[in-house]
Amino acid sequence: MSPTITTSSEANGNVSAATARAAASAAASAEAAGPQPVTMAKALNTALADAMSVDSSVLVFGEDVGLLGGVFRITDGLTATFGEQRCFDTPLAESGIVGMAVGMAINGMRPVIEMQFDAFAYPAFEQIVSHVAKMHNRTKGMVKLPMVIRIPYGGGIGGVEHHCDSSESYYAHTAGLKVYTPATVADGYRMLREAIDSDDPVVFMEPKKMYWTKDSVDLGELRRLHGSRAEGTTAGLGSGGRASVARPGTDATLIAYGPSVPTALAAAEAAALEGRSLEVIDVRTIVPFDDETVSASVRKTGRAVVIAEAHGFASVSSEIVARVQERCFHYLAAPIRRVTGFDVPYPAPKLEKYYLPGVDRILDAVDDLQWEN
Amino acid sequence: MTISADHTAPDTTSPQEAPDTALNEAVKKFGITVEDYMLPARHQIQMVDPDGRLKPEGEQGTQPGHEYPVPGDKELLEAYERLVVGRRVNDQNSALVRQGRMAVYPSSHGQEACQVAAALCLSDGDWMFPTYRDAVAVMTRGVDPVQVMTIFRGDWHGGYDPLEYKVGIQCTPLTTQLLHAVGVAHAAKLRGEDTVVLAMCGDGATSEGDFHEALNFAAVFHLPVIFFVQNNKYAISVPLAHQSVAPSLAHKAVGYGMAGERVDGNDVVALLAVLDRAVKLAREGSGPLLVEANTYRMQAHTNADDDTRYRESAEVAEWRAKDPVNRMRTYLTDRGLLDDDGEARIREHAEAVAAQLREGLSEDVPVDPQELFRHVFERQTPQLKEQSAMLADELARDAAATDSKEAGK
Repeated sequence: MSPTITTSSEANGNVSAATARAAASAAASAEAAGPQPVTMAKALNTALADAMSVDSSVLVFGEDVGLLGGVFRITDGLTATFGEQRCFDTPLAESGIVGMAVGMAINGMRPVIEMQFDAFAYPAFEQIVSHVAKMHNRTKGMVKLPMVIRIPYGGGIGGVEHHCDSSESYYAHTAGLKVYTPATVADGYRMLREAIDSDDPVVFMEPKKMYWTKDSVDLGELRRLHGSRAEGTTAGLGSGGRASVARPGTDATLIAYGPSVPTALAAAEAAALEGRSLEVIDVRTIVPFDDETVSASVRKTGRAVVIAEAHGFASVSSEIVARVQERCFHYLAAPIRRVTGFDVPYPAPKLEKYYLPGVDRILDAVDDLQWEN
Repeated sequence: MTISADHTAPDTTSPQEAPDTALNEAVKKFGITVEDYMLPARHQIQMVDPDGRLKPEGEQGTQPGHEYPVPGDKELLEAYERLVVGRRVNDQNSALVRQGRMAVYPSSHGQEACQVAAALCLSDGDWMFPTYRDAVAVMTRGVDPVQVMTIFRGDWHGGYDPLEYKVGIQCTPLTTQLLHAVGVAHAAKLRGEDTVVLAMCGDGATSEGDFHEALNFAAVFHLPVIFFVQNNKYAISVPLAHQSVAPSLAHKAVGYGMAGERVDGNDVVALLAVLDRAVKLAREGSGPLLVEANTYRMQAHTNADDDTRYRESAEVAEWRAKDPVNRMRTYLTDRGLLDDDGEARIREHAEAVAAQLREGLSEDVPVDPQELFRHVFERQTPQLKEQSAMLADELARDAAATDSKEAGK
């Protein structure tokens, strides 16, 4: 891949083409060795750097994303490589970050902004709901809003109050927002590139407990395959709005997304020891939702459990149950079960293990799927 | 009074990067202290009094660094024409609401000087971010009047192309558009363009969080944004005294490190003078500015509001005497810039615009139900395709039912 930088960027000295090429080629040579253990954090960081290399209109900003490289280091090195005009810290004001991104997207940029922690995004809720989601609609498509709101979300890290919310349902409920959540390292790279390439605004929910999860991934190959929107060579290697079969099985379907996918996989592993073959579906994009893949699996297995960390009441998990029930009723051998967080505010660190859906709770739900029939 | 030395002293380790360099440049130009530059003049800037007479320079409210030249004759004549058109548009639209042609119209009757000056101070490449009450400013900026009214006619939430006119969609949530203005300015600055962005809001909006975030962001990033506050004294029913106890809304600027100025919002001469300079300073890189215009909403918030419940008619009458249109007519006539023929020509133009609005808003514009699904995302999701098909089916069945009913007659 030979990254190109638009001339407007060169003219302004935002980032020299040579710098970006050097950065890209250094990163590429480091990954030339084929599949290697790579963290989700590294995959996301590489996706940001690659997107910035190929398109000078991609900007990264938020709180602590510059010198510090983000509290989770997802933006590590971007300021050093691309300069303070391409990756910068803002004053501490989330509505300001989102609102400014709206204006920048209106005026030709592709901002990728970080909300630092899930619950920190709430002050920006009005901007997200009233403007990010609606600008395209209000202007009958005359104004596009290509922006990505990155939100580290979910629990399991022992965080204090306001650091562990699962806020995906708020965004999924808002028409006009795409909502992505990767559950593998490769998807972390691919889906973030896809989100940045999208002309629609994307709320990109990053399962924060998976930042340091390692998968064996050939990052170099992923980068080469992705191509770029700027070069007109996007290979469509992101989710394309499709769910994936994370583990094939025949007896029941576990439907999960983001941080619940590894838990579902662990439950399937445990069930296999007891002779039950569970299929695990990774939803990947909550909006748009892939009814086809999910329904196909449930029609095959006849049983389903939906798993999510978020409260179950009025949630993405309720929506999934409703959709599967509408499409698969005559194939179902048992009512669809849900395993979700309880309907309580996210608990303090010493209590979160009682709150979070774990393997045992999933296996109990699977046991309840009327197997005697 | 001066700002403490600590605050203004350049960072000795990297004086080139001192964040207030641009501000200091502006201060140097006027030969005053940073504080005197940032604080509004002690009195509001007023150049033409309510009786239409040019005030002596010493009584215009100016002070060193805050002196403003009277704008040129051509600009003043154009402003007057726009004022007359704006007043006619306001009154025509209010009438159309009463006739049921529009859902609602938040009139800027009484505030036309602010509306006109906001649009006229900008160059073609500049951007404006208006609120729901700023229809006259949007029209003055060049947007087709009927398109501007689409939002109030009720067939879509916006009616014009923001990118073509460089005018944001009229914003209903209070103050949120100020941040969009900041973003547009920031993007332009990164590309090396000299775009100035004027962002409009009212007095009530200055209490919202986004007001503070927008001012702070614009100041921290040194962006050429003019925050133009039309202080019309009421946020629906809540008077200014319940909104803010600051000496003036313009004083809020200094807290963010930007210059503020207050101006008579019914004096289009003063408004143009102050805004023209604000645009010039912003374009030269002096950073953002806040201009507060003291004006008055002569009519109710909208047709749904009963303003007799919260204000005295004497107060309204007092402001009627300060009318921006009459004032400007007297001033221009006295100066020999406007005669009966000129006045007649301008009235004719205003009537033509009013007729255009009546005609445009009397048409029953057919709405396309499928448009509901067309502009949610770049491409319809499978879910939207399903819903679109469902609606198409419903409509087809309705049409078939109507046809068979007709046939049976």
